[in-house]
Amino acid sequence: MEIYAFISFAVLAIATALGMVLNKNTVNSALMLVLNMVSIAGLYLLLQAQFLALIQIVVYAGAIMVLFLFVIMLLNVDDDEHLFDRFRVKYLIVTLLAVVVFAQILYGIAGVTDLLPELSSDMTTVGTVEAVAEVLYTDYLFAFQITAILLTAAVVGALMIAQFKADPETGEQES
Amino acid sequence: MNYLHDIQAFLPGVIIAFTGLITILLESLKRDVRTMYGVSAAGVLAALIAAILSSTSEGGTAFTDAIVYGGWSSFGQVIILIGTLFSILLSADYLKSKSLHFGEVYAMILFASLGMLVLAASNHLITLFLGIETMSVALYVLAGLMHYRKTGAEAALKYFLLGAFATGFLLFGIALIYGSTGEMTLTSVAAAASPTPLFLAGSGLLLTGIFFKIGAVPFHMWTPDVYEGTPTTLTGFMATSAKTASFVAFALILVRMVPETSYESWQSVIQVIAILTMIVGNVIALVQENVKRMLAYSSIAHAGYLLVGMASGGYSAVLFYLFAYTIMNLGAFGVIAYFERTKNFDFTSIESYAGLGSRAPLMGVLLSVFLFSLIGIPPFAGFMGKYYVFASAVQAGMIPLAVIGVLASAASVYYYLRVMVYLYFKPEHKPVHLEKASVLFTATLILLAASTLYFGIEPLVSVTDLFGFVTGISP
Repeated sequence: MEIYAFISFAVLAIATALGMVLNKNTVNSALMLVLNMVSIAGLYLLLQAQFLALIQIVVYAGAIMVLFLFVIMLLNVDDDEHLFDRFRVKYLIVTLLAVVVFAQILYGIAGVTDLLPELSSDMTTVGTVEAVAEVLYTDYLFAFQITAILLTAAVVGALMIAQFKADPETGEQES
Repeated sequence: MNYLHDIQAFLPGVIIAFTGLITILLESLKRDVRTMYGVSAAGVLAALIAAILSSTSEGGTAFTDAIVYGGWSSFGQVIILIGTLFSILLSADYLKSKSLHFGEVYAMILFASLGMLVLAASNHLITLFLGIETMSVALYVLAGLMHYRKTGAEAALKYFLLGAFATGFLLFGIALIYGSTGEMTLTSVAAAASPTPLFLAGSGLLLTGIFFKIGAVPFHMWTPDVYEGTPTTLTGFMATSAKTASFVAFALILVRMVPETSYESWQSVIQVIAILTMIVGNVIALVQENVKRMLAYSSIAHAGYLLVGMASGGYSAVLFYLFAYTIMNLGAFGVIAYFERTKNFDFTSIESYAGLGSRAPLMGVLLSVFLFSLIGIPPFAGFMGKYYVFASAVQAGMIPLAVIGVLASAASVYYYLRVMVYLYFKPEHKPVHLEKASVLFTATLILLAASTLYFGIEPLVSVTDLFGFVTGISP
């Protein structure tokens, strides 16, 4: 059952990733990205990494995607009329069905050719918040600190780029 | 775990990180850029002293094997910090003339420098990735400082997109290596590695990411555009310190992570890339009309010479070359930055340098010194660097590699000398009012030129010291 769920999530992740890139409608692309992130969260859940799965949904599928959608709406990339009309529930159901069937086929093939991965049982403890925190603040302390600096640099840098619109003295602006 | 020991092991980086944060805080407190400039220069100087002190000490690992310190890696940090220090010293005047003199610029330089220090000390694949990311994110911002110009926007966007792509390769490579060995520390990876397709694919992707960062052919396409659009002194920073950091990290990977059985196949890959890089870099540089683009292609060619040293296992030669390359290349970019400060005159094309050798005698001589050193003419440090690198190739029995290197380097004489021909032997076609350089700026350039000369004449002293450093640590 777990392996079947893994294959479905994997197929869904790849399909939605392709859908995101190939879709011409920006909003649909963004929604595909949401589905992609949810399916990756599902993969994390199967790996017993509950904390990571939760964070994936809260941070990526939640906060970052809302930001994406806001940017898309504000930038007005597409014609407003075409933003939603092409997205139909029908298509969603068809896609999900296709994923399930395709996963079934893959599962069958993998079962016959002996390619099914084995799940190890010692994974049940590493995904909890406690376990993550324990290694994060001891073994990976250095990486944790450098990440803090990296994020600071990214925020300051983004502000810098956004703030300095043109040459303040000469007002030079070519582009 | 002993945190005090760990902090001391990464003292240069800790100092740089704190200085960077203090610079940002000061910026919001007080709008005086001179203070930020002074604070950051002092911080880098302190870090440099710490790095020099630790490079003579016993090496080891810290932060539960996340980083190495001492020996090599510390000497790499010394080179990086020298590059950072001189970039900061040269930047003030140039940025002021471009109205880009903000405190945050120094903070970004410091954060980039921290990333480079992390990179040069990495003993863990996560540390390697974070070092590259911290360095790159700060450099993307610096590349985009002049984003109101077309070239500046192009530089930032190109660097960001291609850099993010390369980081993706690197990260995927790391994931595959972890997947095939179950280890992330470089030495444990070497112990657990077996030449499975997964591990080979991972190594290939990791190498791709690194080759992108050092600007080796065929991953060099971003270099000329990025170098052209970035403020010149920061281009110098990018071309020297960033390259040094990537090369030191590359050497650490080669020595610590590559299992002995597959070392030869790695060597042959690097050899091929080295030959391509030297030839393509030098040939394209021949036809450049823009001085900064010419220097960009020349830096690709220099990456090729450095790869010759990497392929033949002459890591101490590579370190000396990186040191020589840092001082001479920063100097060359510094002099170009001086000319570019001129208001209402475009100094991008090589023809605009016509006749300036007599108008600005000191700067002309300094530029000639740096260019001669970049060519590899005997009394300068560049010659000794090339000599050591090619000698190590000959010692390792890679004669064809050394021959191609020397031939490529001979071809490079043309485009470096061409600048000097314009400086001294062409008539000035348009009167230019050159601004006066500040005392500090001139003194910095003279110091760089003097050390180019000193490490060319007295290389034996410095190199035996260097070999001391290198043998001092078992990498």
